[in-house]
Amino acid sequence: MSRSLKPVLLSGLAALAIIGAGPLIAQTAKTPPAEKAAPAARAQAPAATPAAPAKPAPLGLGRLALPAEIKAWDIDVRPDGVGLPPGKGTVRQGDELFQAQCASCHGEFGQGNGRWPVLAGGQGTLTADRPEKTIGSFWPDLSTVYDYIHRAMPFGNAQSLSPDDTYALTAYLLFLNDIVKDEDFELSDKNFTSVKLPNAGAFYDDDRETAEKAFWGKEPCMTNCKPEVKITGRAAVLDVTPDSKSAPKVD
Amino acid sequence: MSSDPKTEPLDRRRFLGAAGLAGAGLAASALPLRAQEAKPDPLITEVQDWNRYLGEGVDKRPYGTPSPFEKHIVRRDVSWLTASPDSSVNFTPLHELDGIITPSGLCFERHHGGIAEIDPANHRLMIHGLVDKPLVFTMEDIRRMPRQNHVYFLECAANSGMEWRGAQLNGCQFTHGMIHNVMYTGVPLKLLLAEAGLKPSAKWLMLEGADASGMNRSLPIEKALDDVLIAFAMNGEALRPEQGYPLRAVVPGWEGNIWVKWLRRIEAGDKPWQAREETSKYTDLLADGRSRRYTFIMDAKSVVTNPSPQAPLKHKGRNVLSGLAWSGRGTIKRVDVTLDGGKNWQSARIDGPVLEKSLTRFYVDFDWAGQELLIQSRAMDSTGYVQPTKDELRKVRGVNSIYHNNGIQTWHVRPNGETENVEIA
Repeated sequence: MSRSLKPVLLSGLAALAIIGAGPLIAQTAKTPPAEKAAPAARAQAPAATPAAPAKPAPLGLGRLALPAEIKAWDIDVRPDGVGLPPGKGTVRQGDELFQAQCASCHGEFGQGNGRWPVLAGGQGTLTADRPEKTIGSFWPDLSTVYDYIHRAMPFGNAQSLSPDDTYALTAYLLFLNDIVKDEDFELSDKNFTSVKLPNAGAFYDDDRETAEKAFWGKEPCMTNCKPEVKITGRAAVLDVTPDSKSAPKVD
Repeated sequence: MSSDPKTEPLDRRRFLGAAGLAGAGLAASALPLRAQEAKPDPLITEVQDWNRYLGEGVDKRPYGTPSPFEKHIVRRDVSWLTASPDSSVNFTPLHELDGIITPSGLCFERHHGGIAEIDPANHRLMIHGLVDKPLVFTMEDIRRMPRQNHVYFLECAANSGMEWRGAQLNGCQFTHGMIHNVMYTGVPLKLLLAEAGLKPSAKWLMLEGADASGMNRSLPIEKALDDVLIAFAMNGEALRPEQGYPLRAVVPGWEGNIWVKWLRRIEAGDKPWQAREETSKYTDLLADGRSRRYTFIMDAKSVVTNPSPQAPLKHKGRNVLSGLAWSGRGTIKRVDVTLDGGKNWQSARIDGPVLEKSLTRFYVDFDWAGQELLIQSRAMDSTGYVQPTKDELRKVRGVNSIYHNNGIQTWHVRPNGETENVEIA
C-alpha cells in the first residue's frame, strides 16, 4: 500500500461531505463504479472508551448497500423457494439449451463425458459398491440445481443464463432423472417448491459425537498390543501415483 | 542425559530388539572407520567458486524465492482425479517441509472455477439479509478494523479421500497433502456482523466467493460469532491469489471448503441454503445409503511425513522420523508412533508451538538397522479423541463417504529404504 496521506485526507473530506447529506444516501446515490472506493460514508462512531464493552462498539466503517447492489448480487435460491426469480421453462426448451450449452461436458443425456459430472441416473446405487451420485439419485433439494446452474454454469460463462433458461434446464434435468415424465412439463417459480427429489429424506445432521463416541476417552495399548501383523494391501499394486519413484540407495 | 522419555531416542530394545542393538554397534564403529578410509573431500580442500567470486548483490532478488536446488519442491496434482484443472486440486509437499508453518507458495490449491484475479481496489464485501443495515465494505475499510493473528490448519474434507477402499497413492503429498497451516491476519467476523447489526432471527450465514463458480456455503451463526476471521493476510503478507486474494473466510477447525475464498458476500438468513457444495458434495454417504450433513469439524489426525514413499530412508543408523498431527476440536495432547505395525508404541517428542486447531510437529529420533518397518502415528486431542484405525472408521461409515478419512496411515519401509503406502491387519 503506497497511498500518500494526501488522497486519503481528500477522500476523507469527501466522505464528510457525504455524511452531511445524511440519510438520503441510500435512496439517491447511484451504484458507485468499482474504481471509486469511498471509505466511511456512514456516521462516525464515538471515540473508543477505555473499558472494553461487552458488545463491540460500532466502528463506523462501510456504507449502506443500495437496493440495486443487493439485487445484483443476491442470486441465491433456498429449498423453500426464497430467492427464486419470476420465470418459467419447459423440458423441451431445456433439452435444446442443454444440447447447445451443457452436453459437451455432461453428455447428451446427462451421463457425463470423461470425468465430467454425471447428472442423471444412478437411482438405487447408493448402497452399491460404486454409488452414482446424481441429481436424481442423491441430491436432496431442487433449489440446489437452480442455484448452481445459475451461479456457476455453463462452466466458464457463469451467470449468463436467464431465469427462463435456468427453469428450462432444471426441468430438463428432472426429465432426464425420470422425476417428471412429460416433455411439456413447465417448471416455474409458481410450481417449483412442489417438486421433491427422491433422496431428500436420506440426510441427517452430523452425529459423530454420539455414533462414534467410542473414539473418545480410550487409553490405547502401548506394548505387546498384537502378536502378529500382516500387510493386506499395497498402493504399488495399483500404481496410480504420478511419477512412481525408483528404489532409493541406502548407505 | 535426561531420563524424560520424550527427549530420548526410542528405546532400542523395545522397538528393534536384537537388530536394533546390532545397528547401534555398527553406528558406533562407523565413524572412525570412515575417517581412515576416505580420501580428503575436495569440497573442503579446494576453494569453491562461491567461496572465491562475488555473488549477486542486494536488489537482484527483490522478492526472494527458494534456492534453485529446491525447485523440485512444488505442489503437484493427480491428473486423473478431476476433469479440468480449473476445477481441481493439488497437494502440499508435506514430506519436504518442517516445523508447523506451510510456506504460502506451497499451500495446496482447490478451485471450483479457477483463480479469480481481483484488484483489491475493485473488491467489495457486502453483508445483507437479516441485518439492521445492509453494508458494503472496501478493502480499505476492512484494513481499518481491529485485527487479529492466528495460526490455523486448513484441511480439505476430501484429504485422504482416495484411501477409503485401500492403499492407493504412494506419497504423503497425495494421501495427506490437502492441508496447510499458516498464520492469518484478519478481522473477527463478529465485528463485521456487529457493524451491520445481526437480527435475532439470523441463524445461518451464506458465504459467497467472487470467483467464476460463485462458491457458496452456509455457516451456522454460533461458529460465525465464535472464532471465524475474515482474513486479508497469510504468513505476514497479502493472501496469495490462489488462496483467495484479497479476502477469504478462515473457519478454524472446519473443513476447507467452507473457508470461502475471494469472499464478496455474507447473507444472514434463518435457514441453511443447501448449496451444491453442502448437499451433492461435502456430505458423507454411509453404508446404509443415508448421508451425514453439516459434518464441518475435522477430527484429530496425524501422518508421518518422513520417512514416507517420496522420502525413503537412505541411511542405516541414526534417523529422524517426523510427522504432523492436528485436530479441529482443539489442541494435540499426544502422538504415539509405532515402527512394528502396532505391536508396540511410544509417545513421540512434540516440538514447536502446540496451538489450537493448528498443525503440531512431532519427532522420533531413532536408529535403523535396515530391518523392515511398519510405521504408524496416532494422534490424541484435548477432547480425549483418539485417532481411529482405517478399519475402525470403515466399520462405522463404510467405504463410500469420500470425506473425513482421518484413519491411521501405515508406511512400509523395506530393507533398501523404499517406503510404500500399505494397509495392515
